[in-house]
Amino acid sequence: MSRVGELLVTETLPTRIPPRKHVIDLDDFLVEEIERVLSVTDAMKEILGRDIKKAPSLRGKTVITLFYQPSTRTRVSFEQAAKILNADVINVSVSASSVAKGESLLNTFRTLQALAADVVVIRHPHAGVPNMLARELERVGIINAGDGMHAHPTQALVDLYTLREHLGSLAGKKIVIVGDIIHSRVARSNIWGLAKMGAKVTLCGPPAFLPVSEAFTQIGEESQVSIETSLEASLDGADAVMALRVQLENHTRRGMMSIRDYVRLYQVDEYRLELAHPNAIVMHPGPIQEGIEISTAVAGGAQSVITEQVTNGVAVRMALLYLGVIGNESAV
Amino acid sequence: MSKRRLLIQGGRLIDPTQNLDEQKDLLVNGTTIEAVGDPGIFDAIDLPDAQRIDATGTVVTPGFVDLHCHLREPGFEDKETIETGTLAAAAGGFTTVCAMPNTEPAVDTVAGVQFLLQKARQEGKVRVLPIAAVTRGRKGVELTDMSELADAGVVGFSDDGDPVSDGYVMRYALAYSSLVGCPIINHSEDRTIAPGGVMNYGFASERLGLAGIPAAAEEAMVSRDIALAELTGGALHLAHLSTERSVDLVKNAKERGIRVTAEATPHHLVLTDRWVTGSAAGLGASLVSSGYDTNTKVSPPLRSDTDVRALQRGLEEGIVDVVATDHAPHTAMDKLCSYDEAAFGISGLETALCLLLHLFDQGVLSLETIVRSLTEAPARVIGRSDIGSLRKGRQADITIFDPKMVWKVDSRTFLSKGKNTPLNGVDVKGRVVKTIFAGSTVFSL
Repeated sequence: MSRVGELLVTETLPTRIPPRKHVIDLDDFLVEEIERVLSVTDAMKEILGRDIKKAPSLRGKTVITLFYQPSTRTRVSFEQAAKILNADVINVSVSASSVAKGESLLNTFRTLQALAADVVVIRHPHAGVPNMLARELERVGIINAGDGMHAHPTQALVDLYTLREHLGSLAGKKIVIVGDIIHSRVARSNIWGLAKMGAKVTLCGPPAFLPVSEAFTQIGEESQVSIETSLEASLDGADAVMALRVQLENHTRRGMMSIRDYVRLYQVDEYRLELAHPNAIVMHPGPIQEGIEISTAVAGGAQSVITEQVTNGVAVRMALLYLGVIGNESAV
Repeated sequence: MSKRRLLIQGGRLIDPTQNLDEQKDLLVNGTTIEAVGDPGIFDAIDLPDAQRIDATGTVVTPGFVDLHCHLREPGFEDKETIETGTLAAAAGGFTTVCAMPNTEPAVDTVAGVQFLLQKARQEGKVRVLPIAAVTRGRKGVELTDMSELADAGVVGFSDDGDPVSDGYVMRYALAYSSLVGCPIINHSEDRTIAPGGVMNYGFASERLGLAGIPAAAEEAMVSRDIALAELTGGALHLAHLSTERSVDLVKNAKERGIRVTAEATPHHLVLTDRWVTGSAAGLGASLVSSGYDTNTKVSPPLRSDTDVRALQRGLEEGIVDVVATDHAPHTAMDKLCSYDEAAFGISGLETALCLLLHLFDQGVLSLETIVRSLTEAPARVIGRSDIGSLRKGRQADITIFDPKMVWKVDSRTFLSKGKNTPLNGVDVKGRVVKTIFAGSTVFSL
């Protein structure tokens, strides 16, 4: 029953990839490292397909999920991933408003370290908190489950995996990310990941939602990342379109954009989707606001892979937990 | 009884008020400057009990004047006190510091000014000159008793920490400034342009996912303030200028004869917003080790390379008159949190000179410019020709620094309570070796 689990434990990892303690963003991932995560995810997906979904790889290890922002999908995804691998899982939810200052954040974390956690999965409303904790703590591996507008690397790996399942190699593929790019940590991490895998990325949205500097367009080679305000132009020949949630709660002030205008110009609907490649897939990191960034017909349509993204989410997080704990031990 | 004499010999004496930059000896009698003379000239006089300081290889200048610092007392004594703030000032070569009034309560009454002056007399190591609030309680609504405050010893008015946002209030404050003979010092930043911003808007903020403050937020209010200074004829001093276009606006205003002066901080003159991603991090480098250092969070934010270069040019060309530290000490807890939550401010008194001398080392600024911006220029802005000069008869406030001394910044050794500096562990060049206030040594390395 534990055949795959044992296989994974004894698998020899390529030595040229340095051991990774923290997953903060994809900006510091080597291409080979992303490939390794995706291939371990294949093995994890096989476990998920069995009747008895269990592997002993993380037995005796403790994974703590520490969420300072409400989340259902991501937290449950990590919890399920850890439990399938037999880790002990402790879920901690903290309301950000109850944490007045960073002192309590650091103290909470030191407490968790004293509890001998092996991995802490953290989500926080402020950018950079996982970086800070990775600096402060010596022994614990940090997995960033989303920090402010900064990064959401595990979601980006889920998206890369899902894209690969449908499109094969991403080299030269045209991927459109449409929506509130500037407030999106999913977009930020995806841009890094997609560019590293050789895809051509088009960022599309109203000007206020787009980056203005060269921060993103200089990522990758030969202008791999471009910016476009017309969704129609963006979708021309696209292999995949990723719709992002309009994050009203992250805008400092409301009323700075008309939702009606957004729907009119940027909703991914069945008519616009016809401009893309006939086999193009439609993705959304969730939670979806049907009728705003994506039409109900497209969200539930034949080209949508949104529910697959959720399933793949568990497998990718299993792979990351596995590599984070076992990968480091084998590399020693 | 004759007063004790002090003879400083062998140094390079720079005093812009006397157009001096040459080897000179300096004779101090008691608390005042007695004479400046050619090297060795005082050896001819019989000075048996004079204390001698060998200043060979160092630069001797008037004691530095900081137009802009936060001593935090009263109200925030855990961040800094007048005692620790002036100790830090002395270590940085400053013999005069102008204290910003964003304390608790704000310095907006004569009683507040008197408290500050009394406390400074008792515990201060150097001269403290109070700046009073422009508006009562720094609320931006009602002007303070500016004439009475000026008579009580205030050298300027500022709601610093916050801008004077209301145009009508700023207009009338400037109008009054001529009457009372003190400048209005504005933290010029239109906060409505970037609510919630924590760093410069641009490449680095987009990379880090932090809310950015565009240069336009500063430039919009600098532009308004200049227009109001022109309208009223009032004296406007722009605090901590940080953008290229702000420098252009000041240049243009000065050419048109408007009464405007401007300051820049050492950190805005040297550090860019790349320091928020990590001092050595380029695009694609890991942010794990060095990103999001809350000690880089400061208002206005560290800007782009272009802005930093424009500020340097502006200072060398005299468009930017003054270097002021905006010394903003905070407790460790104020900074030990997420970047969004961290307090704005850099503890700057003890690293001001080394940052400026870095620019001298790079050939960007002349020593004359550096000394002028720390002495003659700030004294001129507040109309105090009695300080910032080594002329005969002036109070003996003297700074001696070694422009070549290499050292490593270690915030634990700061005399300020504020250890919040992004420069911790950085190798720098140039250090104050002795600070003399009213003829007495208040700092010696």
